[in-house]
Amino acid sequence: MTLLVNLCAEEHPLSRDEFVLPIARIVERAGEVPTICQYKDMRGHGPPRGESVILCGTALQDIAYLEQLNQFSWITERDIPVLGICAGMQVIALLFGGTLGEDREIGMTGIQIVGDDPLFEGQQEFEAFELHILSIVPPPHFHVLAVSSRCSQVIRHPDRCIYGVMFHPEVRHDWVVERFLMHARIYQHGME
Amino acid sequence: MRVGVLFSGGKDSTYACCRAMEAEEVVCLITVTSNNPDSYMFHTPNIHLTGLQAEAIGLPLVSVASQGVKEEELADLRRAILQAVEKYGVEGIVSGAILSVYQATRIQRLCLVLGLWCFNPLWHTNQEEYLSNLLAGGFEIIITGVFAAPLDERWLGRTMDKATLVSLRSIVQSHGITLTGEGGEYETFVSDAPFFRKRIEILQAHTTYRAHHGRYLIERARLVPK
Repeated sequence: MTLLVNLCAEEHPLSRDEFVLPIARIVERAGEVPTICQYKDMRGHGPPRGESVILCGTALQDIAYLEQLNQFSWITERDIPVLGICAGMQVIALLFGGTLGEDREIGMTGIQIVGDDPLFEGQQEFEAFELHILSIVPPPHFHVLAVSSRCSQVIRHPDRCIYGVMFHPEVRHDWVVERFLMHARIYQHGME
Repeated sequence: MRVGVLFSGGKDSTYACCRAMEAEEVVCLITVTSNNPDSYMFHTPNIHLTGLQAEAIGLPLVSVASQGVKEEELADLRRAILQAVEKYGVEGIVSGAILSVYQATRIQRLCLVLGLWCFNPLWHTNQEEYLSNLLAGGFEIIITGVFAAPLDERWLGRTMDKATLVSLRSIVQSHGITLTGEGGEYETFVSDAPFFRKRIEILQAHTTYRAHHGRYLIERARLVPK
């Protein structure tokens, strides 16, 4: 099972169609069963044991989730594989001591892989779709795996299976989500 | 939230409108009428009929003319959106973009500059499921433009049904077009949908066609009760 956390403001369900459902389709195609939960409905609790989590992105104008970081405390408290996309990456950065900056990227953008990690093995440079006005300054101990000319594009926790990506993998880079699901399975198997 | 829907009269913007009406307060439709038949941003065949479609739906239409020059079209779109903001108090824009990064990028940038929300409910939808749902849901969709081989004049004026979908699927396999025509391979006109108050009857139309490049141009149409 893979839990997709919807970070979009609940009063705007059209954003769910745009930012959560495309990820759900990738998860389904990868043979996993996605469940979707609005972040406020998690009431500060994480998913059941054995699930991996994807925090999905939001519309540019939608930053309400930044005021609700306590809803995500389970990410730091429990050892669960997490992939944060755009808004989700911002949440991960803030939870582990990083900060936000103001960097705007909208549209296809050059990404450069700068760190070693099985998730990006065989990749050096590619173009990816960006849709953000806030960037992150990574937490001090996190690894930066990829950058654009403006900001960090992929970060990883030094020990745990926690990734943040700033670009939107649902546009032309399904493999990022697929590889995350595969590594999350391996990681969880190792924990058992 | 009060939203305006970027509306070309084709299936994607019509469905986006339908979905937006379920979720937000749709206060107007917004059309840019391009004089360039090969516009990068805006769907063109029968764009002059969006007024009739807006009437069928029961929404006001904001319409702005464009010369259809690449990138200058954006200034025209901006003008149209600003009119919708001034006249109808629009706070967000809805588009029917499915895969076009070109369109999505420009609409997102424009909305950000104007301080508007941007919604793309069809973004990376499952095209197969989407088209099947449209047909099952009572959308009457007419093919009004073909712009890629092997689509030819036999497709023009055809109302989409299950058989059309089967043929399109096979062309997707053989020629690599997108099933929804998102790459501009074909264009459509919606004459009726479940949320239309009236349906559109086409009284007179003609086709133009040459080398996998054709249009079904509606000359006369009227609203009829459902």
